[in-house]
This record gives sequence, C-alpha cells and structure tokens, in this order.
Amino acid sequence: MFNIILRKSGANKLLATIAMAVMVFAASVQAEDTIKVGVLHSLSGTMAISETTLKDTMLMLIDEQNKKGGLLGKKLEAVVVDPASNWPLFAEKARELLTKDKVAAIFGCWTSVSRKSVLPVLEELNGLLFYPVQYEGEESSKNVFYTGAAPNQQAIPAVDYLMNDLKVKRWVLAGTDYVYPRTTNKILEAYLKAKGVPKKDIMINYTPFGHSDWQSIVADIKKFGSAGKKTAVVSTINGDANIPFYKELGNQGISAEKIPVIAFSVGEEELSGMDTKPLVGHLAAWNYFMSVDTTKNAAFIKQWHDFIKNPKRVTNDPMEAHYIGFNMWVKAVEKAGTTDPEAVQKALIGIEFPNLTGGTSKMLPNHHISKPVLIGEIQDDGQFMTVWQTNKLIDGDAWSDFLPESKPIIADWTAPISCGNFNTKTKKCSGQTYK
Amino acid sequence: MKANSLKRYHGLSAVMMLVFSLAIHGDQGVSAQQPLLDALNNLKQGSMPEREKAITQLSGIKHARSLGILQALLDGRLFTLKSDARLVTGTDNHQGYDISDAVSGASLGAVEREAVNKVNLTNKLRVSLRKIIGQLELSADDPAIRLAAVKAMGNEDDENALALLKARAGIEKDETVKQAIKVVFLMRDMNSSDKTVRMEAIDALKEHNSLDVVNRLNAMVEKDESGNYLETDADIRNVAKAALIKINTRLQFYSTIETVFFGLSLGAVLVLAAIGLAITFGVMGVINMAHGELMMLGAYTTYVIQQLMPNYLGVSVLLAIPAAFVISALVGVAIERGIIRFLYGRPLETLLATFGVSLILQQSVRSIFSPLNRSVATPEWMSGSWQINDFLSLTWNRFYILVFCLLVFVLLLQILKHTRLGLEVRAVAQNRNMAKAMGIPTAKVDAMTFGLGSGIAGVAGVALSQITNVGPNLGQAYIVDSFMVVVFGGVGNLLGTLVAGFSLGIANKFLEPFAGAVLAKILVLVFIILFIQKRPRGLFPQKGRAADS
Repeated sequence: MFNIILRKSGANKLLATIAMAVMVFAASVQAEDTIKVGVLHSLSGTMAISETTLKDTMLMLIDEQNKKGGLLGKKLEAVVVDPASNWPLFAEKARELLTKDKVAAIFGCWTSVSRKSVLPVLEELNGLLFYPVQYEGEESSKNVFYTGAAPNQQAIPAVDYLMNDLKVKRWVLAGTDYVYPRTTNKILEAYLKAKGVPKKDIMINYTPFGHSDWQSIVADIKKFGSAGKKTAVVSTINGDANIPFYKELGNQGISAEKIPVIAFSVGEEELSGMDTKPLVGHLAAWNYFMSVDTTKNAAFIKQWHDFIKNPKRVTNDPMEAHYIGFNMWVKAVEKAGTTDPEAVQKALIGIEFPNLTGGTSKMLPNHHISKPVLIGEIQDDGQFMTVWQTNKLIDGDAWSDFLPESKPIIADWTAPISCGNFNTKTKKCSGQTYK
Repeated sequence: MKANSLKRYHGLSAVMMLVFSLAIHGDQGVSAQQPLLDALNNLKQGSMPEREKAITQLSGIKHARSLGILQALLDGRLFTLKSDARLVTGTDNHQGYDISDAVSGASLGAVEREAVNKVNLTNKLRVSLRKIIGQLELSADDPAIRLAAVKAMGNEDDENALALLKARAGIEKDETVKQAIKVVFLMRDMNSSDKTVRMEAIDALKEHNSLDVVNRLNAMVEKDESGNYLETDADIRNVAKAALIKINTRLQFYSTIETVFFGLSLGAVLVLAAIGLAITFGVMGVINMAHGELMMLGAYTTYVIQQLMPNYLGVSVLLAIPAAFVISALVGVAIERGIIRFLYGRPLETLLATFGVSLILQQSVRSIFSPLNRSVATPEWMSGSWQINDFLSLTWNRFYILVFCLLVFVLLLQILKHTRLGLEVRAVAQNRNMAKAMGIPTAKVDAMTFGLGSGIAGVAGVALSQITNVGPNLGQAYIVDSFMVVVFGGVGNLLGTLVAGFSLGIANKFLEPFAGAVLAKILVLVFIILFIQKRPRGLFPQKGRAADS
C-alpha cells in the first residue's frame, strides 16, 4: 500500500534528491590525516535501547586513544552512522562507511540478522567488522572478528552450572522466535541429551518478539516444574519480552529458589530499566559483570562515568567486548604498521589484551576470542553477584561440537587452512562466503 | 512488627529447643557474645562460603539475637554501615532506614539509603536460611505464610519437622492450613507397610487438590524402563488409578477456568488498548497511527508520577490515571487541532500524517527519557496471586486490569449516552451537516471527541505500565492489535469492541497450549481475515443511514 502511495506522489524524485544531498554532505566532511573508525549501531528504532550505549562506548574508547597520541601518529576519527534498527539499512550504511568514508574498521551490529546483512558487503569490499555481542555461532568470516561469546562461552557453561551445582533435572528452554535462540536451543538440547536427560524432561517454547502476555506459558512452566524434580529455565528471551516474563513468574509465585531462570540476554543495562523486585535471585551468564572487583574494571567504570557525565549509568558485557576488540585492533594496527585490512586481519590473530575481569584474552585463529564465563545472581540494586566462574579462559568455538552437522567443521584463518568452515573429515574447505 | 516478633519468640521457645537446641534466654546470651561476634565477622566478609559458614555458626549459637539476625538476613534487612562497618538491622521508613545495632539491638536512629550496604544472599544461602527459619513460620500470624511453611516442611523427610506439624495440627484453626497438614500425613501413610492404611490414604487423598498428590499418584501407575510397574501391588495401582481419574477431572475443570481467566485478562488489555481507538477511528473515522504513542505517553506519565512520589507506590498508580488522561487528551487535542482537522475526508493523508506524529512522539520520548526502558514499580496490592487452591490461582495485576477495563468501558458508555458531549458526538458521527445546521459546534466537538479517545488511550497506558515495558516502543506493540479489535468488532460500535477484545483474547489463550504462542497469533489473524471477507463490517455492523456514509 505504501508503495502505491509513494509512486503516486512521485516520491522517487524526492528520494533521489535526498540521496544526492547525503552524498554531497558525506563528501564535504572528508578530512585528511586521520584514521577513520566506523561506528555502525542503531541510534533509533527498536534496537536503540541496546546499541546507543555501544556507540557512546566507542566514542569514549576513540577519545581515550586520541589522548594517548592517536594511532600511527594520526588522530582517530569516529564516523557514526545510524542504521535505525533496519536490517537492509545496515548493509547500505556499511557500504557507505567502506566506500565513501573509507573507514579502517567498523565496530557495530547487535542482532545476528544485522550482522548477516552486513556480511556480503564486508566480504565484497574486504572490510573489517568487530562484532561485540554474544551470538549463536556457526559462522566465521574472514572479515569479522567476534568479540562476544560463542555458545560454548555462555550457554554450555551455564547449563553445566545448573546441572552440577544446582542439580537441575528438568529443563525449560524458552526463547524468542528467531535465529539466536533457535540455534542455541538446538545446541543445548543436543548437549542435554548427550548428558542423559530424557526428552520428556526438556520443554522448549518459543514466543514472538516483544511477547507480553506470559500467563499460559508461565502456568505451563509451573506445571512442568511441579513434577518433583528440580527444574530450571534457560532463557534466550530477547530484550523487551523479559520484564513481563519475570513479572508473571513473580506473580504466579515462582521464586528463584523454586525454579531459577538463567538468562543470556539480560544484563546490567536491561536491568536498569526494570523493576528488579521479581528478579532477585534469578541468574545470568556473561563474560563480564560490572560488579567484578578488579582495578582495571574500576578504572573502566570511572572512565565511563566521566565520559557519559552520569554516575548512575552501568557498564555491561558488550561494552567490555568493544573495549577488548578496539584495543586488540589498535595493537594489531601498530604491529602491522598500517591500517590495510588484509595486513590487520593477519596481525590480529594471536594478539593478546587484558580483559576487565582479570585475565588476558587472546584473538584466536577462528576470529573468536578467549573469555572467562561468569554466572551471577541478580541483586535488587540491578547488579549481579558472581556465584560461579570458570577457573580459566574458555576459547570461543565457532562451530558447535554438539551439533552433528557442524561437529567436524573448524575455522582457522591461518595458513595452511585459511578457511572459516574447514571440514576435518573431508579435508575440504566448503569455501562458503556470504557474498 | 515488634509485638509480632515478640509473640513469635514466646510461642517458639519449645520449637527452638527441639530444632536447633537454641536457648533464647538472656543470661546465657552473655557467655555466647564472643562466638556471636566471630560469626558476624564472617558474615561481613564478601565471599559466599564465608557467609554460609557464618549462617551455620549463627544457627548453632545460644544467643538471644542470633535468630533475629538470621531472620533479618533472609528478609534483606541486614546491612553494614558504610561509616564503621558495623552490622545493623534496618526497617524501611520511606526516606531511608531506621537502624539498630545487630548485636545489642540498640536503636541507632534513621540513616539515608546510601549510608548502608545490604548483606547479599545467593539462592543457595536463601534456601538453607529458610530451612533454618522455616519452622518458625509455622506459627506466623498470616495463614498464607503458615501454608507455605507446611508445604515446605511436608516435602522433607525429617522427623523433627513432622513432630512440629503434628503439634500444629492440634491447634491450627485455618481450614486450608489444616487440610495441607492432613495431606502431608496422608502422603506419608502412602509409604506405610500396611496395605489397608495405604489404600485408605489414597482414597482419602483423591478429595484433595494438591499437585504433590498428583505427582505421587502418577509415579505409582508408571512403568519403569523394563516395562514393570513401579508399584508392584495391583490393588493399590487400581485405587491409585481411580483416584487419579477423579483428581484429573477436577484438574481439567480448574485449568479450563484458568484458561478463560487468562483469555479474559488478555482480552481486557486488548479492549483497553482498542477502546480509545474505537472512538477516534470508529466514531470519527480518523485512522490515528499515533494511538499507540498516546498510550506510551500515559505509561510515561505513570513513571514520572512515581518518580515524584517514590514512597507512595500505590497512590501514585491511582493518581496516574487522571493525570495520564489529561496529558494524553491534551496531546490528542493538539494533534487534532494542529494536523488532523486539515485532513478530514482524506484518510490516506491522515494515516501518513499521524504515522509521522507517532515517530516524532517516539523519538522525543527517546530524547527526553533516553532510549532505555524506564522501570515502573508495581505496588504491593497488585503483586502476587489469589491462591484459590493448588490447581487454581489468579494473578492480582491481571485481575485488577480486568476490573479496570470494565470500569473504563462502563464509564465511557455513560459519557456517550448521558452527557451533552456524548449527545453531540453521536449527532456529529451520524450526520455532520445536519448537526451543524442544528447549531452544534462541530469543530469543537471533533476536538473534544479526539481528546476523549486519546485520554482513554493514556489511561490504558497506565494499565500497560503495570504489565509490560515502559519504553519508546510500547505503542507499536499494541497498535496493530487495537486496529484488529476495532475492525473485528465493527467500526463505530463500542460494545463490538468489548466483545471482540474478549473473544480474541479467549480464542488466543485456548489455541496457545496446542499451537504455541507464535502460531496461535497467526491463526487468530487468519481467522479475522476470513471473517472480514464474510462480514466486512465486523461483528456488530452499524445499521441505518449512518452506515452508508
């Protein structure tokens, strides 16, 4: 319908004019002798809630680097674009960043679908993307560096914790209906079955985005959990649907002591917009908590508060991922002596940088990084208290070992393999790209 | 609180001797001062194993204060003072805390919230604390707490706990609690070595609505992996089967009631969201895409009022209702006067213009309040649920919203039927020109009508703030549903909106268990599309001359 209206009113002409104006504007802001860094996060639309903070984080990191004297003797310059939570627009904006602004690297994306939309552009123009959010794995592109958690760095350890420490026997896998929860739950289901959990003790449930009426589902979970065995919910429920979910749990009398919920998408930032009363005691698994007590973290929090000029703002896991990713990129550029993507890609592998939780993360040949896994209980001040953590850093695994089809596949971007999906059985690289 | 806990202590001295061999007499307290201080020192340490050790220590110390400290810890009322790291217990006085020394019990006056750190707990510690304190709750004043204590204790095979329950059964007056204790003992009888006792127990249990009983009976009639029955005695199996059938019929009955309630409450939300639209779209014929954003404004009004009076949660929500009405109504009138009145009779332009308005409102909320969701607290009386029995409980917030929805509907109907504004609105809706000729100021009536519809959207926003996120996208989530309800119900008919909302809610909830939430929504949409094909004017089409225009 909108199409018809647009065509009728001759809006094509208008669009063309706007596009030209944008081009002229973009050209006029070109400046010499800076290294440009693209920031591709939605500042409007549904994802603005999460991504705006990451844009600010990037500005802070770039600012900090400039205070240290820049990079290769040049100042860094942030180019911020707004893809407006619109997936095709992510690809357009990425193209604009790489061709018009000629950025050396892009830091951005949140949802998997936005990353998938950007991938073909990156591979075509040989750009660099640092992706800071936990995701479902099953991907390793030459042009993307994944600084968030792969499933084996979040979901699997979380299930291990529930199984071993809380003696959970029945499992509810609840998620929003899109690619990340579906893939993660597929991996978890296979993992649980491998651990001897019978099918009748696993309940899987999907809900639409922004689902707000949880009555029947929570009633089902309650029934499922009253069978006399310890039950837990593994939640890949996304963003906005969480508050009504936890509220309904609280109202129907399901406490964290009876049926704990472990979430992979609820962090400090999300908690700051929630009434935390019904959430106290529920769990979350991340690679970073704001409450982690290290000097590096304290300094990072202080820097953030000074930069954003609001001492109440929180830090979270994807922010740490950008912190690590950005600093790794800086080190790699210094090592390579150039911002040429090809050289930087090579230089990045093996780069180490201390993370905020006290370890040293390393960029692996599969373009993922090593991270610790922390499990925390939600406190009523919206912070997490760490109740469990891995004693060493876990290497990110791009292709899950628990899915039969991806078990033999590895990603290794060093010679001689140099492939994101190398099949160790057939000794072949499927050569799959996203162009 | 003080009198209450004193009473508790009195009745409990026997309990405590039995359970923890704790003596709570002052004279012995002095000698136990040192271990208490040691234990409290451990409690202050950050690490959880230390804290766990401290709790075990505390439960073993014969000191008058140790139990009170544990109770405070469980209730989240135990703090450390930031100034001198002293342990204190506090009670919330709305501005901060009234604190008293944890060891001596001496009052230390009121402090601000920032002056203390809460002693945190993990679930594991909470469970073990509850076990230690749990038995105390058996003599709490509130029957609901007693009931929970009975249920918690019934699951444990602990002779002490059973002895306590037996003692309680003699003096218990509340019928539900009494029944719960009876079930615990009947369940134990099911393990008896005497066959007749077992059969009698099962027979008696079939009259009780308890999920524990259902699980237990289910386990009796199940087979193990090799195909043998877990319960070897065939007679017992048959009795168990018969009992299960009886209980399951009741379970089915209650679960149907529950589903209907879920459906009604979902319907109430739909009706609330749609009813304002039923006026602007249904009566005036304006396609207002910014309707959802007017709801969002109502929700944000609730947030602002809560920020202004953080200590009066309950009142602030009630106060937000008229405030949200006024604010959304004013914005609505502004939209009508500023934009829509120039576009009457041009629905496509109105649609685009109001869509633009909705984007402007969203982005301005993002700029003013930040793109993050805002946290709106739920007052105490709207939390929790109304536990009718083990099989059926209705959540309070949904219940109130259902009642609220009906109130708003009745009020709106009265306004339209019995006030001058209502008369004029109906007149203009039926025949604008004729109404004008009769001297009705149609422009003013348009503005007022739009304001009324918008104001009701704001009121709906207050209700929504209690069940969902308060964020810039709140409106978008409901706009499609609202239009769906209005169209399904019949444009221009308020009663149609009510019936449509409730029937869609109930249909959705009956479909959900079979089809899943995603498919249920799709099926409902498909149904509406087919329905509209057959009856384009909805459930209750307008009749007469007005319908033709």
